[in-house]
Amino acid sequence: MPDGSRNAPPRIVVGVDVGGTFTDIFLYDEANGIARTHKVPSTRGDQSVGFLDGVGDGLRRDGLDFSALAAVVHGTTVGTNALLERKGAKTGLITTAGFRDALEMRRRDRRQTWGLWGEYVPVIPRDLRIEVPERVLADGTVRTAVDLGAVRAAAKALREAGCDAVAIVFINAYANPANERAAAEAVRAIWPNRYVSASSDILPEIREFERSSTTTLNAYLQPVVASYLAALDRRLGEAGSRGQLLIVQSNGGVMSVEGAARLPIRTALSGPAAGVIAAAHIASTAGFPNIITGDMGGTSFDVALIAGGKSVLAAETKIDFGMTLRTPMIEITTIGAGGGSIAGVDRGGLLQVGPESAGSDPGPACYGKGQTRPTVTDANLVLGRINAARPIGGKLKSLDLEAAKAAVARAVAEPLGLDVMAAAEAIVRVANSRMAGAIRLVSIERGHDPKRFALMPFGGAGALHAGALMKETGLASTLVPRYPGVTSALGCVIADMRHDFVHTVNRPLAGLDLGALAARIAAVTKEGTDLLGASGVQLDSVRSEIELDMSYIGQTHTVPVPVAVPADGMLSEHAIMAAFEAAYRANFGRILEAIPVRVLTLRAAVIGARPKLDLAVLRPAGGAIEAARTGSRQVWFDGRWHDTAIYDRLALPCGVVVTGPAILEQPDATTWIDPDLTGTVDDLGNLVLRRRE
Amino acid sequence: MIDPVTLAVLKGRLEQIADEMDATLFRSAFNPIIAEAHDASHGLYEAETGDTLVQGKSGLPIFVGVMAFATRAVIAKAKRDGDLKDGDVYLFNDPYDGGTHVSDFKLIRPYFRDGKLFCWLASVGHWHDVGGNVPGNYNPVATEVFQEATLIPPVKVARGGALQQDIVDILRANTRLPLSVYGDLNGQLNALDLGVRRMDDLLDEYGAVTVAEAMAELKARAGKLMRSNIAELPDGTYSADDWLDNDGIDDVPLKIALDLTIAGETMTLDFSRSAAPCKGPVNISRATAVASCYVALKHVFQDVPANAGCLEPISFVMPEPSILTATAPKPTAGYTETILRVIDVVFQALAKAAPERVNGCAYGTINALSLAGWRKDGRRWVMFSFFGGGLGGNPEGDGLNHGNAPISTATIPPIEILESAYPVMFRRWALRPDSGGAGRHRGGLGAIYDIELLEENADVFLFGERGKHPPRGVVGGGDAAMNRFTWYHDGKTMTPPMVSKHVGAKLTRGEHLVLETPGGGGYGAAWERDPGRVARDVRLGYISAEAARRHYGVIVGADFAVDDAATASLRRRAAE
Repeated sequence: MPDGSRNAPPRIVVGVDVGGTFTDIFLYDEANGIARTHKVPSTRGDQSVGFLDGVGDGLRRDGLDFSALAAVVHGTTVGTNALLERKGAKTGLITTAGFRDALEMRRRDRRQTWGLWGEYVPVIPRDLRIEVPERVLADGTVRTAVDLGAVRAAAKALREAGCDAVAIVFINAYANPANERAAAEAVRAIWPNRYVSASSDILPEIREFERSSTTTLNAYLQPVVASYLAALDRRLGEAGSRGQLLIVQSNGGVMSVEGAARLPIRTALSGPAAGVIAAAHIASTAGFPNIITGDMGGTSFDVALIAGGKSVLAAETKIDFGMTLRTPMIEITTIGAGGGSIAGVDRGGLLQVGPESAGSDPGPACYGKGQTRPTVTDANLVLGRINAARPIGGKLKSLDLEAAKAAVARAVAEPLGLDVMAAAEAIVRVANSRMAGAIRLVSIERGHDPKRFALMPFGGAGALHAGALMKETGLASTLVPRYPGVTSALGCVIADMRHDFVHTVNRPLAGLDLGALAARIAAVTKEGTDLLGASGVQLDSVRSEIELDMSYIGQTHTVPVPVAVPADGMLSEHAIMAAFEAAYRANFGRILEAIPVRVLTLRAAVIGARPKLDLAVLRPAGGAIEAARTGSRQVWFDGRWHDTAIYDRLALPCGVVVTGPAILEQPDATTWIDPDLTGTVDDLGNLVLRRRE
Repeated sequence: MIDPVTLAVLKGRLEQIADEMDATLFRSAFNPIIAEAHDASHGLYEAETGDTLVQGKSGLPIFVGVMAFATRAVIAKAKRDGDLKDGDVYLFNDPYDGGTHVSDFKLIRPYFRDGKLFCWLASVGHWHDVGGNVPGNYNPVATEVFQEATLIPPVKVARGGALQQDIVDILRANTRLPLSVYGDLNGQLNALDLGVRRMDDLLDEYGAVTVAEAMAELKARAGKLMRSNIAELPDGTYSADDWLDNDGIDDVPLKIALDLTIAGETMTLDFSRSAAPCKGPVNISRATAVASCYVALKHVFQDVPANAGCLEPISFVMPEPSILTATAPKPTAGYTETILRVIDVVFQALAKAAPERVNGCAYGTINALSLAGWRKDGRRWVMFSFFGGGLGGNPEGDGLNHGNAPISTATIPPIEILESAYPVMFRRWALRPDSGGAGRHRGGLGAIYDIELLEENADVFLFGERGKHPPRGVVGGGDAAMNRFTWYHDGKTMTPPMVSKHVGAKLTRGEHLVLETPGGGGYGAAWERDPGRVARDVRLGYISAEAARRHYGVIVGADFAVDDAATASLRRRAAE
């Protein structure tokens, strides 16, 4: 970058997404309008090592050092991994007498519909779940005051048992948190411990299992995430950074390190959420407000829908069986179909692809690491769609085409009586149909017509399947971002600050205390605004979004109802009812007459908009299409070989049109343009695929 | 013939349609039995035979088998009347033709393509209340279907797309909860509408011929897959007997007996030695009996897709009349208990043929418990729910604590939702120690639910089982603890004469009831269990130190450490 002076004011914002294999870095120099991307291997064990090295490397390339950093925005998988690998802290639970097993009893579900095997081991074992006398009724009445002596004894016992964190969950604490708060104070008084999570602070919402699970997982993660972030923050400081460290939340907003240390569960989908945020921004800027993102990795295909430039939030997710997290997060639907998904023929003679996966280690047969069953990547290699001599990511020198062919022949071609090429194409087709199913799930099944949407593939392999997915689902076009492999890091730089609040109302709309509702909305808006102010982050504007979860009385499932709060804060029954009926009709097609409605939950989000990245910084330099042409090879498509032009994607200038069949290569991704598609490089360097006229 | 790739693609598309119909009803249903407990199902059925083509994955497993019978009943009705039209929707709850029990409303709609019947779409859901003597329709002392609910044969609730308001009015008049019934009816109609739209799209895209070929081929392949599964089992006849406590009327145990014969790639399930029809509501129709065998087999052979093909290599021998082949007007509301027992005997018999593929029996009763009364302002309230228990130990590990029944994927409503909706307070919601059957892999634990009444008066109804005959272990595993129901009224401790079935127990304010549910049966001999696992179970309170000694031959000290010497000597003495 120009002006490498070490004494210039800090001006670089860096986004860092640490994934399982690579740490992606996106450096943005706002003042000079320059962006750089960088990819380094992730370091297992301590992610902060790869993090620091990668950022340092990236800065050095432009003659800069850490003092140039104005902000470091981080998408992290530390929390996710600790949950998936069950490597959280030793945690205890203090709960209402009679209910220590509520966590372990779940909602009386089982792992799968068919098959009765499989245990459940809660993150807090039964002997570290201690009951204390106390009871609040559903209407908030305190039936039994909390026995603080018993609370102190429980805290002492848990401390002696070696617990690092404590969750406190009392029945009906959502309706009246007094007992729970008194207990939390008593625990903190005798055991100075930053890792005490009370359910009425973490999730003051009805449904004890969901609240217990969310609160205990928060406590379980706190020591792990807090110590990681503290160490990272310290190292950045030691390296000379004066920039603020911010963490991406699952809801796509960012928060401070303190916020993340207090509510680590809100980071569970940090990295993927950042990817969706980036996709929304890139697509809106490119003139595509409606997109469906498709992130194809080694084992999974993650899909999210963005309508009118906005992503959809889900209220709850399951990390694993019995590990429910209820916290707002960008709705990302995952199916087990990735490059490593294994293909085979079942005993009924039906071709199956996934969900079993070879992952990235040992990986597909063509990786040559001893895994000999064919995967989607092997099929793509056999079809000539990926380059055996130039694997993406740069970890392997080359891919073994013969191993891939042998795998496809043995496991698919022979049992189905097909030749190898037809079998490889069949594998890709079945994988495509599964991915198309996920796209239909987030679009058609939610009332969105795919014809109004574009696909945005990211990850290394997504853009190989774009044409087929357009055909199968009716998507109008595909937008391949300029750097599909670093989308999440880019999203870190873009994401807004955000704080979410939830409060259970559980009252009929008729006769609802609208004054109290207005006061509650005002209170959480103020709390959120104060938190934003305290963060010290530069913001362009602050806004709040209010939603009510509502249903007809008698229903147990609610629909989220966005409401516009007037200037004086007072919502009317009429306005709320009108908003509910609009939302219900959009969900189910018809409203029900003469049935009263109920407001279950108030949700508020306070959002601080950060200055937006000008995507023009990614625009390619000029040049000629001929200069980008690197050669040609044979690619199998629709039953025959096609002579196919190969281009260096990043060397293609704005405005050029590439006609299929063509392959575009870049270090982190490959794009396959079907023979009946054209690809146009737009004026930001994105590639737009459309059907040929 | 259809190419294998298109076939795989269409399989996914058809399953997605059924799944989406499930999801639509769950989200819009009014009653928690559908919305939370997922006591509903959707699928596609063959035009001529009514055979199951595709069934949703998230609905109640037991419906996978019975809906074909329900569709056949409608096919017969349409043939008799000769007036089938596009846009018709049949509705009924007759359990003899349609399977299961009177609470389940089947809505069946013909799907036409180019003026020709292409297939049937069906939706079934458990309605909250449809009249009868007992709120919620689990009447443990019914001796005729008329005491259970209003019986509706297949009738057209919509004709050519027009809703028949007369029928809707009859339905709304015959329930204690008209709003709930109206809401669920609408939800099921929504789901069928959606199925029609999705089928239209699919047939536009692939053509009717290809989709029809795919459906036929998927069925054939399921049959082939089932045959290959059966062929792996050793030939022979494997028998198992189990018992229902009673029928709620006469306190006499009722035998469910199976002789399962494997011959090559076919299987015969012979229930000839089972009990005669009984007076009370634990009879089931033949449709239901076949469906429950299907559920048991699908739990064991999970790779076989849910369509009619998987029953093709299986033949059934069911005596008529018997408890498994009920006809009108025998009461059937308690069908869940009998089908759970049918599943139990299939597991027990199969465990003898394939011990490495089968688990111990699950807790074996759904415990339909309702509390009902009037609030001070005169409003009626009915709290109705099913309760959980342990699943069986299995070749891989211990059984799941507090799971749902094999016939179900239902979740239990949260305590806080129940307490906010009804005048009750739970005193306890806990795992039940020592309730899992002992075994190399222990059965999962049942639960203890202790409920106090906060209003002046309530009547309590219970329909359960396994109070006299415990859930069985397999492959040498031990039996689980039995079901127990107690209520405390007027200073007295009460238990039902029929153990787990009772009508109208009285509670007044501040009094409470306790339901203790069975665990699951064990898998393998308890004396082979790793002593470290036994000590862990004692430390966590899953089993008592006394049970560790008696059932497992493991001596666990006060510090939860295994006394190795004493354990070795105890286990040695037992072996001798």
